[in-house]
Amino acid sequence: MMARERAGLKVRGSTAAAALAGFLVFLAAAETLHAALAAGPGRERREATRALTTQLGLTDLALFTEARYTRHRSLADLHSAFQDAPMAMEHFPAGSLVTPQRAFPDAALRAGTGD
Amino acid sequence: MPPWFERHRLLIDFAVASLLRRKTRNGGLLAVYTLIVFVLGSIMLFGEAIRREAAAVLSGAPEVTAQAMRMGRHDFSTRADIQKLGRLLGITHIEGRLWGYHYDTASAANYTLQVPPAEDSAHALAPGETIVGEGVARLRKLTPGGYLFLVSAEGKLLKLKVKEMLPSASALVSSDLVLVSEPDFRSFCGLDPDVFTDIGMRVSNPQEVSKAAEKAALRLPGFRFVTRADMLRTYEALFSWREGLLLAVFAGALLAFVILAWDKASGLSAEERREIGILKGIGWDTGDVIAMKMGEGGLISVTAFLAGAVLAYGHVFLFSASLLEPVLKGWSTLYPRFPLTPSVDALELSTLAFFSIVPYMAAILVPVWRAASADPDAAMR
Repeated sequence: MMARERAGLKVRGSTAAAALAGFLVFLAAAETLHAALAAGPGRERREATRALTTQLGLTDLALFTEARYTRHRSLADLHSAFQDAPMAMEHFPAGSLVTPQRAFPDAALRAGTGD
Repeated sequence: MPPWFERHRLLIDFAVASLLRRKTRNGGLLAVYTLIVFVLGSIMLFGEAIRREAAAVLSGAPEVTAQAMRMGRHDFSTRADIQKLGRLLGITHIEGRLWGYHYDTASAANYTLQVPPAEDSAHALAPGETIVGEGVARLRKLTPGGYLFLVSAEGKLLKLKVKEMLPSASALVSSDLVLVSEPDFRSFCGLDPDVFTDIGMRVSNPQEVSKAAEKAALRLPGFRFVTRADMLRTYEALFSWREGLLLAVFAGALLAFVILAWDKASGLSAEERREIGILKGIGWDTGDVIAMKMGEGGLISVTAFLAGAVLAYGHVFLFSASLLEPVLKGWSTLYPRFPLTPSVDALELSTLAFFSIVPYMAAILVPVWRAASADPDAAMR
């Protein structure tokens, strides 16, 4: 009681802490419910987008439209980002953030070099 | 009320009052702690959501794409190349694809011009017609029935009537698309009638994709073959790289917080040591003091974790990760507006909880235990 009065609280500290925790847990539960409710429409939307990808034969995400080698990342020339000069600085912010294509499979590299 | 409940309640009362006695210091710590969890949580949730989205939508991409290569550069494929592929076991469909880029000076944005495949009747276009993506429609303020004018690099004008718009829900893959008929594409880009941008192949059995690509590579040795698995791997690597890069940029701030939290948690001030001494002097036992101090730390760290995680979810899934957008956007004028499907991954949340709560609590335990087990007389002096 004394501690509560000293701190100028109208309610007990434990009640205030429980109320705050309860409020945050309620928000977290509401977000979990939101995620559960959005899962169905989200799946439908993804399915529709996947169908469009199949119909049009699309290969890449339209996230980075600033340069051709960032727009169609998976189909870009292996060295297109550095074609202007061997030590050229990368022009585009996205280009400096996307990873070099180390993950390319052997088959693609073999085919690319004409083996 | 059972006595143990009331006892712990009193300890929490005392811990809250103790926290409120140093309002500014603890309030500042809570705010920075919450911010750190918020940023970490936002990066984790966004990275996972976009990876999932990319994997789902790209699972409809052509199984194999073949690109002609000349002197290490991408070159046109020809009808003769398609004929060379002929009929290959396992490959159900082979088609020359026509697509390319167009820099639109009016909106200072890059569009992807594409001819819909011949078998796609839903997007069939007559010369002079177009179907545009959400981003193009937004930038050029287009509606169905309106006109889109494109000027080629040679100054050739192409007037296109907007037949319809691609659904905005598919903006992640179609935002910058301008679908045009084959005659319009060839005349606008000045392409010969028997060349294509590349060759798309459909393979019926997913297990045979790499084998089919290998067989096709034998017939077209100068080509580069990109399978759907390569595309998915490219994006997986790209988002992991970006997520890692964001975390690396953020590492400095994270380190500063760790030092601050460590300093606050592990080094008890003289005032706090005196307080512990007095509590011991008036009869609190070591366990009570440790429980009270751990309660203080727990209140801060659990509140910061819950608030940070709740805010991160709201930021990523309700406000489309607007604070992370500039990092992704780069210089793109045409950035898609796409919704991310919300999801809560228990493992991700547990990882975030573990790394945000446990180190802080561990940092508190040792100095509090040391001060609490010291002689009250020595602690008060």
